[in-house]
Amino acid sequence: MYQYDAIDRQLINQRVAQYRDQVSRWKSGEMTDDEFRPLRLQNGLYFQRHAPMLRIAVPYGLMNSSQLRQLAFIARTYDKGYGHFTTRQNIQFNWPKVEDTPEILAHLAEVDMHAIQTSGNCVRNITTDQYAGVAADELIDPRPLAEILRQWSTFHPEFAFLPRKFKIAISGTREDRALTWFHDVGLHLQVENGEIGFRVLVGGGLGRTPIRGQVLREFLPWQHLLSYCEAILRVYNLEGRRDNAYKARIKILVQALGIEAFAERVEAEWAQLKDGPATITQAEFDRVAAHFAPPAYSAQEAIDLPLEKGFKNWVDRNTSAHKQPGYAAVTLSLKKHGVPPGDLTAEQMEAIADLADQFSFGELRISHEQNVILADVKNSDLHSVWLLAKKNGLATPNLGLLTGLICCPGGDFCDLANARSIPIAQAIQARFDDLDYLFDIGDIDVNISGCMNACGHHHVGHIGILGVDKNEAEFYQITLGGRQGNDAQLGKVIGPALSASEAPGAITRIIDVYLKQRHADERFIDTFDRIGIAPFKERVYEGRTHVTSKLDLLEAA
Amino acid sequence: MAQLIKNQTVTVDGWKTLEIAANEAAETIALPSGDVIFPLPVWQVRKAEIISTHKRIGLLLQPGDCIKDIAADLDYFIVIAVNFPKFVDGRGYSIASLLRQRYQFEGELRAVGDVLHDQLFFMARVGFDSYALKDGKNVTHALKAGFSPFSDSYQNATNQPLPYFRRRAA
Repeated sequence: MYQYDAIDRQLINQRVAQYRDQVSRWKSGEMTDDEFRPLRLQNGLYFQRHAPMLRIAVPYGLMNSSQLRQLAFIARTYDKGYGHFTTRQNIQFNWPKVEDTPEILAHLAEVDMHAIQTSGNCVRNITTDQYAGVAADELIDPRPLAEILRQWSTFHPEFAFLPRKFKIAISGTREDRALTWFHDVGLHLQVENGEIGFRVLVGGGLGRTPIRGQVLREFLPWQHLLSYCEAILRVYNLEGRRDNAYKARIKILVQALGIEAFAERVEAEWAQLKDGPATITQAEFDRVAAHFAPPAYSAQEAIDLPLEKGFKNWVDRNTSAHKQPGYAAVTLSLKKHGVPPGDLTAEQMEAIADLADQFSFGELRISHEQNVILADVKNSDLHSVWLLAKKNGLATPNLGLLTGLICCPGGDFCDLANARSIPIAQAIQARFDDLDYLFDIGDIDVNISGCMNACGHHHVGHIGILGVDKNEAEFYQITLGGRQGNDAQLGKVIGPALSASEAPGAITRIIDVYLKQRHADERFIDTFDRIGIAPFKERVYEGRTHVTSKLDLLEAA
Repeated sequence: MAQLIKNQTVTVDGWKTLEIAANEAAETIALPSGDVIFPLPVWQVRKAEIISTHKRIGLLLQPGDCIKDIAADLDYFIVIAVNFPKFVDGRGYSIASLLRQRYQFEGELRAVGDVLHDQLFFMARVGFDSYALKDGKNVTHALKAGFSPFSDSYQNATNQPLPYFRRRAA
């Protein structure tokens, strides 16, 4: 992975000093709360329900074992002994003290980590595929260009105070696993006439106004990535709405202008910047790419894996195809039933760091599905990894299954949330605790968000669950048919929102319909596409008059 | 009275900014004498008059103003002030970048309005060279620390036309 050099280290150390001074000026009253707010957000610090929350950047989801051990140290010393991995490949601590945050950032800087631009109206963490560099279906490794983009966007002087946040995702595989259609800018690496470049998407996003992105440019040679992003951001910075935070994302500007007019503006701006000094040099690409050279794989003989059922289930679900013969990418599930999805204790972090050191070249990745991946495990080591993962509660074989769901922290922690999401996740996990049953149901994405900001990506879950709040009561709106990937789509709302006590039962009813209607080996999403939403809707609302829930009554009133 | 930082020191501001009150119009407002910074609407309707009565002319831009409209006029201005109504409104950074990089404006580029310590570094990077620090803010600390939180930068900008990767020792 990318190794910091003197300049990288100097900048994050200077960032710590700058932030320390900012906290001290805010504490002394020299800086107002309003003046401090965007500054602390650009260092990942939110003021939340119970305590501040600190979001730490994991650039494109990649880290090494020393960094994870340092996170364990921070969890134990400054938090309540655990952390939460997010759908943007970052980690959050929910209980630090504001006064401790400069010290936490200093500890992070010791291992080349930071919280720069993990919040605020600026360019956020660049995300990509968790299997980057090892995926069997990869065309081009996105990590070198993701790192180049990370450096470019770090402290960019012109784009630190955009109308709203700005998220970029890069994908280098045939099948998009980075949710590029739903980012402010999505980049698809591809090869055209022997030349490497990007298809550039713009204006996608989930949140309050979910919109699938549109193609801004069919092919952009890689050398122009930075100048082209500069053109996009300049148009957005100058023309994006600033009168209403809910209408300030670039997707709203793109919708208002239309993609053709927006593209004309970007192209006109880019014409002025093209071939300028921001053009990426081959030397710089090579310098960065060298950090992502494949690790020292060794030749592996074909082996027969043990047939033990639990192990076989885990291999089937939680490992994936690898470029290198004899190796596999292992997903450690952070979705153990009964544990808040995405949470990891300090002890588990240390256990994973040990696993990474022993079995996967000391590196690991975070996925936007909130799991940890050991990307380079020998097939012959899989059984040992499974045993150790199991011992640490990290081997639930539910990747891509109903209980492997994505879930935001929700109303238990987050100030923005309308409803809690963790109890719903746990109620679903409790209902579907039988592994054989889960395996029988098969591939299904369940995504839960506690509010319309959609951190749990509910719009793109096959089953999406959105927490809504009316009159202090928690309700849940269910969508069906959403999906990520090349064919990414938003789910359709099934009907009126359900109460917290009804929602888990509704999931059971939806699954019942699927199991009754499916053809042999047909996945949930394929059955849905074939039979449509009506049978699910009928079953979920069976026995109810049209307006029954408290929420409906409120809405009717 | 804002404190004007220029050339790494606090200076006396010889310019006054013409303000248009609610009951006044750009077409009819009295033009003060001396070194005056004129709002864009006044400049647009009174250009000839201003040129004939003022030797040294300043222009005030708001974040929504279109630079293209005055691109041909830039040589008239000794100073262009860009207003930051709120410090979180970042349009002024793009305006400054464009004025310096696209239109080669070489006069004084002044940040005015909600100008605070923690934005000075970014402002200097995009091409501002004077800063009307907001009233009541600590100008001594701003001078000491506000311009130098970082000793270098990755990306090219007005004050450093080459990105770091083009300046790396081979």
